[in-house]
Amino acid sequence: MRIFTLLGRYFLGFVEEIGGIFILICRIFHLSPKVFRNMGNVLVQMERIGIGSIPLVLVTSVFVGAVTAVQAAYQFQGFVPLRYLGAVVGKSVTLELGPVLTALVVGGRISAAIAAEMGTMKVTEQIDAMEMIAIDPVEYLVLPRVTAATVMLPVLAVFSNLLAILGGMVVARISIGVSFNLFEYGLKMLFRYQDLVGGLIKTVFFGFIIALMGCYNGFKTEGGAEGVGMSTMRAVVSSCLLILVSNYLLATLIFRVIFAPD
Amino acid sequence: MRNIRREFNGQQVLEDLDLDIRRGETLVVIGQSGCGKSVLLKHITGLIKPDSGKIFFEDKDITHFNRKKLFEMRMHFGMLFQGAALFDSMSVGENVALPLKKHSGLSVEEIRDKTLEKLKLVGLKDVYDKYPAELSGGMKKRVGLARAVVMDPQVVLYDEPTTGLDPIMADVINQLIRDLQHGINITSVVVTHDIDSAYKVGDRVAMLHGGRIIFTGTPAEVAATDHELVRQFIEGRSEGPIRTV
Repeated sequence: MRIFTLLGRYFLGFVEEIGGIFILICRIFHLSPKVFRNMGNVLVQMERIGIGSIPLVLVTSVFVGAVTAVQAAYQFQGFVPLRYLGAVVGKSVTLELGPVLTALVVGGRISAAIAAEMGTMKVTEQIDAMEMIAIDPVEYLVLPRVTAATVMLPVLAVFSNLLAILGGMVVARISIGVSFNLFEYGLKMLFRYQDLVGGLIKTVFFGFIIALMGCYNGFKTEGGAEGVGMSTMRAVVSSCLLILVSNYLLATLIFRVIFAPD
Repeated sequence: MRNIRREFNGQQVLEDLDLDIRRGETLVVIGQSGCGKSVLLKHITGLIKPDSGKIFFEDKDITHFNRKKLFEMRMHFGMLFQGAALFDSMSVGENVALPLKKHSGLSVEEIRDKTLEKLKLVGLKDVYDKYPAELSGGMKKRVGLARAVVMDPQVVLYDEPTTGLDPIMADVINQLIRDLQHGINITSVVVTHDIDSAYKVGDRVAMLHGGRIIFTGTPAEVAATDHELVRQFIEGRSEGPIRTV
């Protein structure tokens, strides 16, 4: 019997979580026309999320591009001419590596920061204080963060794509012996603008997920410092998992339905 | 408040609680730590909804108010939170000015003047540009009080206003509560376990125990009561009908 009680409790907890997230999403969309009232707040968050993440994205992207070039060249040995190296690096980066890895590293940073900030505000009653002065915390705190993350993630992904391709290009030249011209030839040969657009569309959703999970878990914080720590951890884990799951769903929708090859 | 019941994680915190708060009075709610005093206060403002029962504000049942109506009602309320709940990312001036900025329609100069006026009221007009992290506990509470009254509310709620303060600072806060009530004739509800504070600021004192209001009276009636639970609490005895373990 005990196992059924436990299973029932977990199931109810799961349903409650899904319901809570769904309600928050509905409230965000309902309040979205009011985002222009909080433009100052949105710009502050865009600076924090976007500009603040540039060093992290820079290092990650350059090395991801570099290792993609090295691994592709290793797998090409004896089978595929190296003129295709640029094509493989470009495709891998724009379709998957740029958007997903940017989302994962920025997600870890941003969802943790948002959850910790919201969580601290919750346990120190700052959220209640906001409600008491008739300011909706979803409008004042969540909406600017979600908007900023949704706008800035594609921008960071463009930056990441460029850096990763540059990283791959430089490594291809230095350690594999593929000239810049040959790399560029490969890059252009199989480039489809749909690859770039599809990858960037995914990052819009990833940005939304990152801020949503940070805010949702922050708002659910209970207790003191331990509660804030737990919320931060839950925010990072849930945003990373949702990015990976939604990546599959979005990739299927975008590349097998919307931009399906003829 | 009528027949209020509220449970948290299987624990009944408020049980058939009835309480009347009269216009213009200062009602002090006393009780042990963790007995549900803050929960009671948050029910009054709609921050927490009861599992059952009704709460009336000016003859309107607020328990089924939607967010918009609650926000309209809260424009008539101010609240001083236990830890002051100042917004860390804003300066003292911005904290106090925020309700005015959002709801008053006043000009920037008028907002600044009114903010300074309220900070002066609590004796802190020189900390306008400081941040909460730079203030002592007593200063934070006073800034919290300035923010609570900046919109000239009809009702001010105080959650443990003197907890964690030294006796002199506690007296300063008590005096401020008294001055505010006499100055602008607001209704106040003070939640505390500080008996000295209850006697100083209260027109009436109610004791919360076991989820119910078990005694209501003037400070003189409290001091003279032979109600066993109230006596044990005001005398601060560990032995008696209130079990401490």
